[in-house]
Formats: sequence, structure tokens, C-alpha cells
Amino acid sequence: MLHAVDESVTPIHIHDMTVAYHKKPVLWDVDLAVPEGKLVGVVGPNGAGKSTMIKAIMDLVPKASGWVHIYGKPYSRMRQVIGYVPQRESVDWDFPINALDVVLMGRYGHIGWVRRPDKIDRELAEEALEKVGMTDFGHRQINQLSGGQQQRVFLARALAQDAQIYLMDEPFAGVDAATERAIIDILMDLRARKKTMLVVHHDLHTVNQYFDWLVLINMRIVAAGETKDVFTDDNLNKTYGGRLTVLSEAAQAVAHHQRGL
Amino acid sequence: MDEFWGPFWIVLTGALAGASCGLLGAYLVLRKMSLLGDALSHAVLPGIVIAFLLSGSRDVIPMFIGAAICGVIATVLIETFHRRWRVQEDSSIGITFTALFALGVVLITAFAGQVDLDQECVLYGEIAYTPWDRLFWGEWDLGPRPVWILGTVFALNLALVLVFYKEFLIASFDAEMALSVGVSAALVHYVLMGAVSVTTVAAFESVGAILVVAMLIVPGASAYLWSDRLKVILTLSALMGVVSAIAGYFLAGVWNSSIAGAMVVVMGALFALSLIFAPHYGLLGRFVRQIRLSLRVARDHVLLKLLRERESQRVSALSWGDLVDTAARWVSGIAIRLLIWQGLITRKNGHFSLGEQGVIHATRLLRNHRLWESYLNQLGLPPDHVHDPADALEHFTDDHLREEIRAALPNIATDPQGKRIPDG
Amino acid sequence: MIWDATFQLVLLGSLLIGATSGTLGAFAVLRRRSLLGDALAHAALPGVALAFLWTQSKALPILLLGATISGVVGVLIIEAIVNYTRIKADAALGIVLSVFFGGGIVLLTHIQQSEVGNQSGLDKFLFGQAASIVRADLYVMCVVSALVMVAVFLCYKEFKVLIFDAEFLAAQGFSPRVVDLLLMGLIVLTVMVGLQAVGVILIAAMLITPAAAARFWTDRLHVMVLASGILGALCGALGVGLSALAPRIPTGPVMVLVATAAFLVSALIAPRRGVLARWARIRANALRENGQHFLRAYLALQARGKREIALLDLASELQLPLYRVRRLATRLVRDGRVSLQNGACSLTELGHKEADFVVKSHQLWEYYLVYRSILEEDHVDRSADEVEHILTPEIIEQLESILAQEGIDVVGDIHKTHSGYRRTGEDG
Repeated sequence: MLHAVDESVTPIHIHDMTVAYHKKPVLWDVDLAVPEGKLVGVVGPNGAGKSTMIKAIMDLVPKASGWVHIYGKPYSRMRQVIGYVPQRESVDWDFPINALDVVLMGRYGHIGWVRRPDKIDRELAEEALEKVGMTDFGHRQINQLSGGQQQRVFLARALAQDAQIYLMDEPFAGVDAATERAIIDILMDLRARKKTMLVVHHDLHTVNQYFDWLVLINMRIVAAGETKDVFTDDNLNKTYGGRLTVLSEAAQAVAHHQRGL
Repeated sequence: MDEFWGPFWIVLTGALAGASCGLLGAYLVLRKMSLLGDALSHAVLPGIVIAFLLSGSRDVIPMFIGAAICGVIATVLIETFHRRWRVQEDSSIGITFTALFALGVVLITAFAGQVDLDQECVLYGEIAYTPWDRLFWGEWDLGPRPVWILGTVFALNLALVLVFYKEFLIASFDAEMALSVGVSAALVHYVLMGAVSVTTVAAFESVGAILVVAMLIVPGASAYLWSDRLKVILTLSALMGVVSAIAGYFLAGVWNSSIAGAMVVVMGALFALSLIFAPHYGLLGRFVRQIRLSLRVARDHVLLKLLRERESQRVSALSWGDLVDTAARWVSGIAIRLLIWQGLITRKNGHFSLGEQGVIHATRLLRNHRLWESYLNQLGLPPDHVHDPADALEHFTDDHLREEIRAALPNIATDPQGKRIPDG
Repeated sequence: MIWDATFQLVLLGSLLIGATSGTLGAFAVLRRRSLLGDALAHAALPGVALAFLWTQSKALPILLLGATISGVVGVLIIEAIVNYTRIKADAALGIVLSVFFGGGIVLLTHIQQSEVGNQSGLDKFLFGQAASIVRADLYVMCVVSALVMVAVFLCYKEFKVLIFDAEFLAAQGFSPRVVDLLLMGLIVLTVMVGLQAVGVILIAAMLITPAAAARFWTDRLHVMVLASGILGALCGALGVGLSALAPRIPTGPVMVLVATAAFLVSALIAPRRGVLARWARIRANALRENGQHFLRAYLALQARGKREIALLDLASELQLPLYRVRRLATRLVRDGRVSLQNGACSLTELGHKEADFVVKSHQLWEYYLVYRSILEEDHVDRSADEVEHILTPEIIEQLESILAQEGIDVVGDIHKTHSGYRRTGEDG
């Protein structure tokens, strides 16, 4: 069966995408069409390829096959419509930079090469900081922020990107309850403004409450659709069930084979 | 060469080399690429030597080309060893740069008669000859050649850092984010490595292949200890390069030694000073903060001990031996003297008791302690487990936090052991 | 003339140096301490100069004592910087390495320009001069090498566990810190012994390069240690031999170049991990894959009712040029899987067996993917095509039992596959 997808209104359309690290496949044959204006959860066990999928959408990791279209066009032409919240561990928090400057980075895509951020960019950055309730911390060095505050700074940076689509890699990992609440409020607000969000998530308890659309993933898409249809025991069993070892064994075999081991 | 211009040109050359390296070095340190800089500066040697041999002169252009080719070869080799042949990364770097450097040294000694280069130049450069190495435009004497070369390189580095400040910043801080806004982190990496190679080659004649490593890394790392602002770090790093050049020149005169070596020693001294005295990240600051912290903890414990004795109404004064914490006698002793000096406790006939202010202070601490105990108990810790964590937390609880806990514990008047939580 | 007593002495010395640094290098490299060895060596330079300035003596033990002290101080400073400041390990290493070396250069130039130092010969510590080894030096080297070797022999199992899993070592009641310190101490001794002949700048290579070369030859630690020691000794001896032919050239760089050559040769020709061996295996895999495609294509044609299957039919089925199919067929005939008669092709019993196996694993995989993932059927093919050549009998068994539980029985019917033939670009 082939889905008829109207690409011009589909924020993210992934077709037959396989991603391999060091020749070992970590995501097989992903097909996904994310509808517009949804808060989409990406859920699966560790090593299931959740982050990889997000990174592959943004060409941060090479695809072994398949393609991704953003509103019907390749990512390289649609960079500006995507905002990205990486995992908190992905950067060096000792880096000499303050919170406001990190948020200002969200504007770089709009500013373009060589030109400096101007007053409007600064105002937008401050606005974004305010939205996440971090106005008072703008001039703190980032290492002097708590984990939750660091996460909020990352979120503010994505807000400053003023995108249509937001890709978020575990924004709730290691944050306090207040921050989690604040983040989810912002996500709801973005959804009300018709933004599309793809959020990697690992806490099954809150899935029903947070997301209206869900992608269950374990090296391949197990199920995708409205949360109420997809979030079933059967699907969760398939996602988290131990029997997927065969898939990883095969992946290992492929990697060894191709590297000549 | 007259008495002013000779030293002037030498110092200027050193300062330009120091500033050029300092600007880039800050990025090397921040991007954790120091070792790559080290490897690269060793690895370009055979390229430089072969260029000398082929061109038979000290022309800059062949030197740059030779070094560039060697730099690329080194990068490719490191990558091949590591990624394709699966040799560990540090070993790959080690094998590559020692091999290329060894090749360079062998070439220099084997063709010693034909190259105007020797081992000493490789080791510590020939900055002392700067004033005599002139650049001519036809008949015109334009001044020392190294000054022109390093001046150009400095201008290029400065332009690079200023113009691409934003791109370098984002690519260094968050490479993935950089990619997602269209700044290729790989491109930034190669531009930076290219700039490092060019600077290394330009500085080679003046300071040699090994000391340039110090000029790259040491000022950058020193500056990194002083500030949390990238712009400040860049400026400081370049400035330290300049200062080391000036001081190094005069010290070399005093010690009767290599000028480039002395510059590096000054850089090392600046780093040592930064390491000790930098306000927030220095060792002294850290040490003082730790001492103050343990003093504060010891002082709080003395106050609490006295208050608890008073509360149990056995005695209101304790002897020195009872009061001092036997596990940390030294700190505890200082804390007690400090408390007497502040008037929080008083001493009568060798016995100590709380003063008026002391009671207020101690009561607040006790309130902190027991509030924490109750709070932790409420979180599910059994009553016999709450004392130690509360003991640690009580010192760091300000008014705001205390009232937040109080608010989380409505209708609780006693701690888990049934002791009253005092008002405060 | 080079076989005189002096040369024998020098040769013996370099053999010892090479063997010691090779042996210990194996541990240093695996423990990722190779660049720390480099920093240690550079940091030794000011110690040599200070020891000379202080005692005005050129005796090797005194100079090496100075070197050891300043080298150890350098390493301690690195540790302190990493532990107590926000400067990362790589920068700390670079700082100590270059600043100590700079200090050494200042002292050396100072000595050279003063009257006493004119003939000091300290600069042999920069690039190494094996020819300067005298009998007394050799005794020092013998003692230190023996010490290192004995320590390695005694603590072999502790080092092994330390490298592999330091936490496990702690759980066994050893202190990883102590074992690590011991290893570090041995690295210090090894570096110091080599300083005179190889020099501070390049001695690290004698730790790293032979060990990295030995790694290609074996997966066993004790073999690697032994091989690395032997390689190191050979490089040392060969380096001295070569540089004896051109006395102007310092020994250190020559030894390093010899070691690098040994590394490159090992990387190329080592039996299992070597580049050539891996390349041959990839090629063999590709050949097997193409052969299996050939067999599967044969079954597919047969299933479509074709009687006389010629190579041309197979070529159009496989969408390969005829000359490649012919080459494939020739190879399969040689392997006893196919027989050719009058241009018509048929499978032997062995060929049938393999073809059936391939078809079965292909199909099992397809079923599995469809069953697991509610994936559209037209998507599974490419993965199955990739995987069919690779699945091990154990995986096949697992797949069968999983699918059997769901009541699916896969027999490997060629009619049910709908596959293409993945290109690999290699054939016989």
C-alpha cells in the first residue's frame, strides 16, 4: 500500500530512509509523514535510533538510502523552517559564552554569513529568553545554570529561530518538575500557533498527556499515528519487546560483512 | 644595526608571532584541538625542508606550499590510520607526527651542506637574525622580511577572527546547531587548521617548529582561566603573546640564551600566574573558597552544639575540649576564635556559651536543620536517615529556600525525632 | 670496521632500548597513555640541563635522575591542571610539553654559550646520538631494562585487567590507582633509558609505533607485548645500523623512520587485521554475493518455466553485461556449483543447496520485517536483498522459531520473492 501524501502541506516526509553508523544499520527503511500542527512524540528504547532519526532529518548524519522532504523540498533548501533543540550533553558547558549569546545563535540562520546580529536580533533573543522565564539569567555564564535552566536556554534558542518545525532531542531529560511544566506549556503554545514539533521522549507515563501524535520506533518504525490509536500495549510490546535482538544481530552481521571483518 | 632598531625588530617579530598564535590558539584550546595543533606544527617540517631544497632559497611561497602539502598528508594519514585501519586516535596522531618530524630532521642533516637550515633553527628558530634578514623591492630596503611575513599573517588571522566571529563561535560551541543554520562545522575546522598551518610556517623561521606549539596553546589556555567571554579571551590571549615576546627578549639577554625559548618560558610563567591567581578558575580562589566553606561549616557546627546543649538544659556552657570538633580540630579552633571575635559566643572561666546574637544565629540554623529533616522524611527517607543530609544542607539554606520548605510542610511543628522546629 | 667493540656496545644498547620501550609501549598504547609519554619526554629536557648545571657532571645516571624528576613533575602538573581547573587534558598536555621544552631550550642555549658548556654534548638529548653510549651507560640501561621487564612479568595480569576494565580490577581488591601509578612509573623509566639514544622529541614514537604495529598481528595481549618488544628491538638495532652508515644523521629520527616503516608494512600485510587481508575478504564477500545472486536468478528463471537456461537469459535477469555473467559462471563451475553444457547452464547438487538456503533466508527476513513492522511489502526487498547473504544459521533458526510461534511457516519458495539483485561491483 502506498500512502498518497500531499507534500506541500506535509512538514516532514521521510521515505524509505536507512541510516548506518560505521556501516552498521541503526535505522531501517523508515517511512513517515508527519502532519502539520501536531505535537509528535518519538518514543522507543535506548539505541532505537530516535536521535538518529532527528539528526538524519537535518542531514547531520548521512543516509544510506531514502530521502526526507520538508514541505516537499529537500532539507538543504528549507533549513530556515526548522528549529533544533539538541541533547544537553552535546555541547561543552564550560565554553565561554553567556545564556543570551547562546539564544542569539538561534538568529544566525536568518542573519546569514559574516553579518553581525543587529538590535532586532538581540530583542528577539531577549524575548525568547523571557518566554522561557530566564530573563534574569541572560548574562550568566552557561555553566552557572542548573540543568533545567540550561535546557530552557536551548529551548529559547530554538524559539529565537522562529521556525515552522521544531525537532527536540530529549528536552525533558534531567530537568526539574517546574522546568518540565514550563517547557510543555511552551510546546502547547507553539502547537496553538500551528507549529509542528517532533520530540524525542523517554517517559512513557506522560506520553498520553503530552502528545497528540506518536511515533514508536525501534530500529524501524513500529507504529505511527494518533496517540490514542498507537499507544497500545501491543505496539509497546513490539517496540520494547526483546525479540528485536534478531534485527540488531543482523545489523551487526551487515556491518562486519561490509567492513571485511 | 643600531641599538634601538635591532631589538625593536626582534621584539616586533616576536610580538606579531605571539599575537597571531594567541588569536588562533584560543580557538584550539576551546575546541579541544590542542594536540592537533601540536601534531601539525611538527608534521610540516619535511614540507618546509623539501621546499628549501627544491627552491634553494628562503622564499615564502614554496615554503607555504611544501608545508601545506605536508599538512594535508598528515591529516589524511591520521584519518586513515584511525578510521580505516582502526588504530587508536592518540596513537595515530603520535605515529604520524613523529614520523614526519623524523623525516624532516633526517633530510636537514643529510643535506646539511645544501640547505640554509639546521637543527637549531628547527628547535628554536633564528629570531635574533631578524634585523639582518631584509626584504628588498628592487633597490628599496623595506625592512626585515620576518616582520612583513608575520605582519601579513597577523592581519589575516585578525581579519578571519573578526569577520567570521559569529561562524567560529557557533561551530565551536555546537557543531550540530551550526550545521542546522547552514554553517559547515567541517569548513570552519579546515579554515582554522589552514590558518594554524600558515601561522606555524610563518613563525617557523623565527621560533622553530616546537616552541610554536607553546605560542599556540599556552596563551589561549591562560586567557581561558580569566574570563567567560570569548571576546575577552581572544584579546587577552593575543596580548599575552605580545607581553611574552617583550619580556622574553630582555630575559634572554639576561640569561644569555635563546630568545624564542625565553618567550615560551615567560608564557609558562604567565600561565602559572593565571593558574594560581585567576579570580574564579584559579587555584588560589578555589582554595580560599574551600577554606571559607569549611570554616563556615565548622562555625555552624559550634553554634549548633551550644544551642543543643542549651535546649537540653544540661549546661549552657561547654569547655574547649567539648566544643572542638575532634575530626577537624584545626578548622574548628579557628572557627571558635572567629565566633568569639564576632561576639557570637562568649568565654567565661574557660567555658563557652552563646551570646545574644549567637542564639539568633544558631536558632536559624537549627530551624534549617530540622526543617530539612522533616522535608526529607516527607520525601520518604526513614527518620534515622535524615540527620546526615540535613547536616550538609543546613549551611546552604537562605531565607528564601527556608520559607519554601516551610511552605511545603504545613502543620508540622516537630522534626521526625519529635524535636520542636524553632521559629526564626 | 663497523663491527668493532664500540659498535657492538652501541648496538646492544639500542636493542635494549627498543625492546624495553616496545614491551611497555604495548601497555601504554592500550591504556591510551602514548601522548602522555610524549609530554613526559619533552618535560625531561630541563631536568637534564639543570642536573648538568648543578653538578657540572656529564655522567648518565645523574643526568637521567634530573630528567626523571622534571619529567615526573611535568606529569604531576598535567594531572593537577586537569583535576583542579577547567582546562581539558589535551591542552594541559600541550602546555606542559611545550613550556618545559622551552625551559629546556633556554637552559641548553645558556649552557652552550657559557664557557663550561661548550663541549657538554647535552644536545644529544634532543635528537639522540646512540654513538655516545659508553660501557657505563650500557650498565645503567641493563639495570633499568631488567627492572622494567621483571615488573612487567610480575604485574602482567594486573596491567591486563587495568587496561580492559579498571573497575573490575578495583572489585578484585587491587587499587587501580596503584597499578596505574606503577605502569606510569615504568613508562617514566622506559622513556628515560631511551633519551640518550633517541632524544626527547622522538622517544615517544618508540613507545607508540612498534606497539601499534604489533596490534595488527594479533588479538592476544601477551602476543602483542612480545611482538611489540621484538619489533622495538629490531627497529632499535636496524636504526643504529643505518645511522652508522651516515654518522652525521642523529640516531633518533632514523629509528623512528624504521619503526614507521615496520608499522606501515604490518598494517598492509598482517594476516587478519591487515589492510590487504581485509580488502581480500571484502572482495571475497562480494564474489560470494554475486554468485548467490546468480544462483537465485537461476531458480527464478526456472520457476518461470524456462527449460534451457543460457548465460544470456541469466544476464538479462541479473541485468548484468554478459561478460560479467560469464566470468561468474566460470567461477561457480570451478567451485562445483554450476555445470555448463553446450551453452546451457544447470545447478549441481551443491549449487541447489546454496540457492535454496539463500532464497529461504531472503524470504524469512522479508516475512520477519513485514510481520514485525507492519511495513509495506514493497519496501522490505532492498533490506532482505542485503541481508540474505549474511544471515548466519543461528539467526535463521531464531527467525524460524519466532515466525513459527505466529503460525507462519516459511519454506523458501522462489515464487514468493519479488526481488532485485543488489549491485556490489565486484566479480570473478
